Amino acid sequence: MSRKQQVPRLGPAGGRPADDTGCHILHVDMDAFFASVELLERPELKGRPVIIGSPGVRGVVLSATYEARAYGVHSAMPMTRARRMCPHAVIIPPSHGKYGEISKGVMEIFRSITPEVEPLSTDEAFLDVGGARRRLGSPARIGALIRAQVAERFGITCSVGVASSKFVAKLASGQAKPDGMLVVPADGVVDFLHPLPVAALWGVGERTEEALRRLGIKTVGDLARIPPTTLQRELGVAVGSHLAALAWGRDERPVTPHQPDKSIGAEETFSYDVDDPEAIRRELLRLSERVAARMRAAGHVGRTVSVKLRRSDFSTINRSRTLREPTDIAKEIYSAACALYEAAGLERVRLRLVGVRVENLVPAEHSARQLALGEREAGWREAELAVDQAVRRFGAGIVRPAALVRREGDDEPRLGRG
Amino acid sequence: MFRVDRDVLAEAVAWTARTLPVRPSVPVLAGMLLEVTDEQQLKLSGFDYEVSAQVTLDLQSGDAGKVLVSGKLLAEITRALPAQPVDFVVDGAKAVVTCGSAKFTLLTMPVEDYPSLPAMPPATGVVGSDVWASAVSQVAVAAGRDDTLPLLTGVRVEIEGESVTLAATDRYRLAVRELSWQPEQPDISAVALVPARTLADTAKSLTTGAQVEIALTSGGGGGGEGMIGFESGGRRTTTRLLDGEFPKYRSLLPTEFSARADLATGPFVEAVKRVSLVAERNTPVRLSFRGGEVVLEAGSGDEAQAVEVLETEFDGDAIDIAFNPGFLLDGLGAIDSDIARLQFTTSTKPAILTGKPADEPAATPYRYLIMPIRLSS
Repeated sequence: MSRKQQVPRLGPAGGRPADDTGCHILHVDMDAFFASVELLERPELKGRPVIIGSPGVRGVVLSATYEARAYGVHSAMPMTRARRMCPHAVIIPPSHGKYGEISKGVMEIFRSITPEVEPLSTDEAFLDVGGARRRLGSPARIGALIRAQVAERFGITCSVGVASSKFVAKLASGQAKPDGMLVVPADGVVDFLHPLPVAALWGVGERTEEALRRLGIKTVGDLARIPPTTLQRELGVAVGSHLAALAWGRDERPVTPHQPDKSIGAEETFSYDVDDPEAIRRELLRLSERVAARMRAAGHVGRTVSVKLRRSDFSTINRSRTLREPTDIAKEIYSAACALYEAAGLERVRLRLVGVRVENLVPAEHSARQLALGEREAGWREAELAVDQAVRRFGAGIVRPAALVRREGDDEPRLGRG
Repeated sequence: MFRVDRDVLAEAVAWTARTLPVRPSVPVLAGMLLEVTDEQQLKLSGFDYEVSAQVTLDLQSGDAGKVLVSGKLLAEITRALPAQPVDFVVDGAKAVVTCGSAKFTLLTMPVEDYPSLPAMPPATGVVGSDVWASAVSQVAVAAGRDDTLPLLTGVRVEIEGESVTLAATDRYRLAVRELSWQPEQPDISAVALVPARTLADTAKSLTTGAQVEIALTSGGGGGGEGMIGFESGGRRTTTRLLDGEFPKYRSLLPTEFSARADLATGPFVEAVKRVSLVAERNTPVRLSFRGGEVVLEAGSGDEAQAVEVLETEFDGDAIDIAFNPGFLLDGLGAIDSDIARLQFTTSTKPAILTGKPADEPAATPYRYLIMPIRLSS
């Protein structure tokens, strides 16, 4: 966000609507998603700078209202820095369950438009509305319909980019923010792209930007005028040809519905380094619970459990183990994670961060479970499914392992929440 | 030292060499001990501390003596020799094997370093060798192969008077076979847990004689190791028993069912093999029994799919049940019957696979329990 520069808005701001023929790709992005959701419950904060993120010393900004962004605050920024930039901002710690629920509802709206929905994260998705035009009208009308439905059902706003390719649609929604829509006509792609700074392109990070600047390339237009072979020589074949294609608006990637998660993980940075194996194991349990619940919610099971252990000097090790049968059970994930932690030989070593991840995910409905002789019909999985139900009804944390119950309101200093 | 026919020697050496360790813990265990007794018998022995094997042959001529040579090499040599009498002579630290115009000189190993073979326990009873071999192979197929659970890599042998029960399970299936034998003592009662792989190998290799003599020492509290020995047609082998409490499997065998399907075994096997071509690792073949037919399916909507319909004589409530195709095929290969009978209760409860009894309602001596795969919905 921070590196995106302001450019004059094009499109249907005034005059006749832009030509959206052939613009079958929509990129829908919720505006300051977490912040907007929080403001639903705190309407008195509307119009004020609000930052969502853990207020601790090591917290980072997850989301910020446009009022806060005006001060330069952006997501992924360390909280301490954000506070310095905008000392009077209201800081709200994140409450994840709420976002997930609204995100799910929003995705449902998308899927009622077309099955061709590719979620990028909780708050943005690509839609291919090529097949919905007969039913719902032109892509621009569909975009307006989505914006109206999201606003009506959830009271928050989103921005929509309409274009003939994914990356142009994404750029367009960025330009349309907040609470807007931008159509980039198929024959207007080059005009739209060329004034943009190269940093706007997909795949241009700080280092590539720097390399391009050395070549005197500042805008996408500059880039387009460089022969692809020169780009390939300067930036490598893959990056060079990728950028040359993007500079002319060429992006053939299709919208792929439910891009399966390759892995699901959770990690925790402690508010101060921890060397007590008991505390580490407790954290592994908490993370395993979280990962397992997310896997079950997403309908995934996985066979490979990995842990990430970061020492106080930031050196990090990853260890993984493949189970005999795929699982989505916290107890099984936890026992593998503990075994990995113990085998890593880092007991009594001060750790800054621990993480648990399950890889090799497959959809749970395909993963049938081989039953074993004498196995109880209702095992841990059933217990954890019951917990999921309780959580859906009463909120996160209502049921948890006894080892994790003491945590809140505890006198001894504890691990921070992520 | 001795002279013997090439075929006789080759067969005896090959049989003894089967038990030799591939990676011996001490070098002499790679050796095969050849001993000529005063009674003009040749004894060939192999031992790896777990399993011992010994063949005894009668000789026409021979001088008493002992020699230890590489068993693997001797097996390769005797297999390749021409069909003529073989002369085996010890010459200092060398053994010379001559057969026709071929001559081999082998290094010998120190006989004194070779451990003495465990004594054969006294015979406990006798069983027909073919019946024994087939019973063991029927059961061993369900034994576990995971060495981290050694208990489940064994076959449980239960002797109760004239009946012997063999059982093995890897937690996902359970095979049980009942047979009768002639015990030395009519009131004998004994149990043993025998490593499945060794037992199956042994049983298969002891079919040259008509009967197998079984000898069992249970170890008990006396400190002596439990051991089982088999002897047939001049071949004897001993195996150390596994420790541990075998699962109480009898209570796991269901006795009441809500449905029963009889299918022709051959076409059933073929159909399972075909549809499981699209079943990826750990994915099931699904069986839907309705009236007179069963629909076999494998694969999923995202991948390749296969479906096949077979006739079945079905009796009971319609049922959809899924199995690991490998487990199902193992069982179908073991029932030794033209008609396979599957009995079920529900799709998450164990199913029992047997052959159709020749004269109902007699029970079949072999039962193969198979745990279904639960399809999450």
